[in-house]
Amino acid sequence: MSGVEGFMYPNEYGLQWSILIVLYPYITGLVAGAFILASLERVFHVEAVKPTYRLALLTALAFLIVAPLPLQLHLGHPERSPEMYFTPHSTSAMAMFGYVYLWYLMAVLVLEIWLDYRREIVLLSQSSKGLLRVIYRIMTLGSSNISERSLAIDNRAGWIVTVIGIPSAFILHGYVGFIFGSIKANPWWSSPLMPVVFIFSAMVSGIACVMVLYMAITKLRKQSIDMRCVDTVAMYLFYVFIIDFSLEMLDLIHRVYEADESFRSLNFLVHTQLYIPHIVIQIFLGTLTPIILLGITQVVHLPEVVRKRMYATAGCLTLIGIFAMRWNVVIGGQLFSKSFLGYTTYKIGLVSKEGLLVAVFLTILPLFILWALIKLLPPWPANTAQAPAAGD
Amino acid sequence: MNISRRQILILLPAAAVAWKSVLAGTPETASNYTMSDHWWGMLIDIPKCIGCGNCVRACAMENDVPDGHFRTWVERYHVSDEDMTNPEVISPDGGKEGFPVAEEDSKKYFFVPKMCNHCADSPCTQVCPVGATFVAPDGVVLVDPKYCLGCAYCVQACPYGCRYIHPVKEVADKCTLCYHRITKGLTTACCESCPTGARQLVDLKDPKDPIHEFLKTHPVQVLKPQMATGAKAFYNGLDGSVR
Repeated sequence: MSGVEGFMYPNEYGLQWSILIVLYPYITGLVAGAFILASLERVFHVEAVKPTYRLALLTALAFLIVAPLPLQLHLGHPERSPEMYFTPHSTSAMAMFGYVYLWYLMAVLVLEIWLDYRREIVLLSQSSKGLLRVIYRIMTLGSSNISERSLAIDNRAGWIVTVIGIPSAFILHGYVGFIFGSIKANPWWSSPLMPVVFIFSAMVSGIACVMVLYMAITKLRKQSIDMRCVDTVAMYLFYVFIIDFSLEMLDLIHRVYEADESFRSLNFLVHTQLYIPHIVIQIFLGTLTPIILLGITQVVHLPEVVRKRMYATAGCLTLIGIFAMRWNVVIGGQLFSKSFLGYTTYKIGLVSKEGLLVAVFLTILPLFILWALIKLLPPWPANTAQAPAAGD
Repeated sequence: MNISRRQILILLPAAAVAWKSVLAGTPETASNYTMSDHWWGMLIDIPKCIGCGNCVRACAMENDVPDGHFRTWVERYHVSDEDMTNPEVISPDGGKEGFPVAEEDSKKYFFVPKMCNHCADSPCTQVCPVGATFVAPDGVVLVDPKYCLGCAYCVQACPYGCRYIHPVKEVADKCTLCYHRITKGLTTACCESCPTGARQLVDLKDPKDPIHEFLKTHPVQVLKPQMATGAKAFYNGLDGSVR
């Protein structure tokens, strides 16, 4: 059998979960992380990150809309997926997906965005014309009351939704980690740390994503970047990254020191097929390099232009590193036999249902959705330049 | 009767869930077969297996198993006394056409037939998001192909590599212990075709089944006992090197 080394059980030659299942935790991680960043301003009153607040919410929504698509494309019978709502299996971690997703989409994200934008939606429904007017009128949900008292209630309700949203974001992504971490048949996945690692890596990727998007969009809008905001976001990214990296290293050290029956197999993989994606891309390029870059900005006072470049580089490398982490979990966990006596290889198709082109399309689709959302619900006041923060 | 909009919103999903449960039904059985009277398993007598592949061929034919996938297969172990933890194992095409002639050396050779262990606490049924795979009251782990989403979570959860996604039906597939046969008083295709009696269908609820005497008098083990799956494929003479 080509691509197989040693002994695999005969049903193990092909991988069951493809690059689309890599995308799923990657996308939900971006959603959860972006929302946590938004909550910094709303709940924890970190005023400096306010310029990213609405962008973070819209980014979370854009990615959340796309999140179920890779799963649907992967299913043998996607038409039966509503069964997860009608007859969820109470012992299955995966059965909760539909409910967690709907809860997060409708009860948290859409509701918070609606409450936060309600005043603008009402004003736009009155000032815009044609189809846009119809869209905005539908979005008002029949409520055009934007009195002081009404907006104060919106604000209070939005705060409550965000408070509920923080544990919901943890559940959304922590449960994805649990899906993998609870599989006792697979030693690469089976770990109680998996949900925690997933939550922190989600925060890392979501914060990095919003930081990069904010800098890129502000540049495209020919506005000046609020350095106080980006410095604060980068600081949070740095500290969360340290926790995330520590947890991952704890897991790694534990595996190496314990060296159970699966260790020889996993060790071989990490030094062969997973060397590039795990050691080079995930750990060195995608984790240590951005941590060092962000760390330097925390201890050395650098000029604004240097900080911007360092943040942009660190943000992009972080996004690559977290994608590599998802890849190593999902694909890496299927490359060895459960007999621990052999290895297989992952052959990705180009134009197949679960191929590379579909994966690339699903990765950039949220950016188009985000563009449409920004057009519909502008996160910043129109045509108002933001003055550079004092001292920057 | 006055039903408010609020009550309708509560009642409709409840009715939908109830209706789906009614539609789910139960597995097809013979009219005189009572599931609760049985608790099926399999005895695999390793010293008796000659690696002929009859069982693999019979299973594939009986159950229309697609090429390249296996409801049962046979592995040949080649173990040196110096490194028991790293045996050489082969299973060419699942052992369907037998095995190449072994080299004569000082190491030991033996065959190990594998199949679904029909675990009482099966991790595969635990993880199915819609309950399309389940442990029947007679202990057989089955898949409802009309209900399975084809998500492959059960394939990932099986520690023994016994499941696969059917390439045509796009649902999870596995050994049914020839359910269509055993519920009619027959034995499984693999047991019937085994020339040495290395495989025996056993009913742990039948006090007259010879399995009870066999379990008392032989060193019997299950695969990967550390997984605590309640496996019901009992192996006689299982070597410590078997994975």
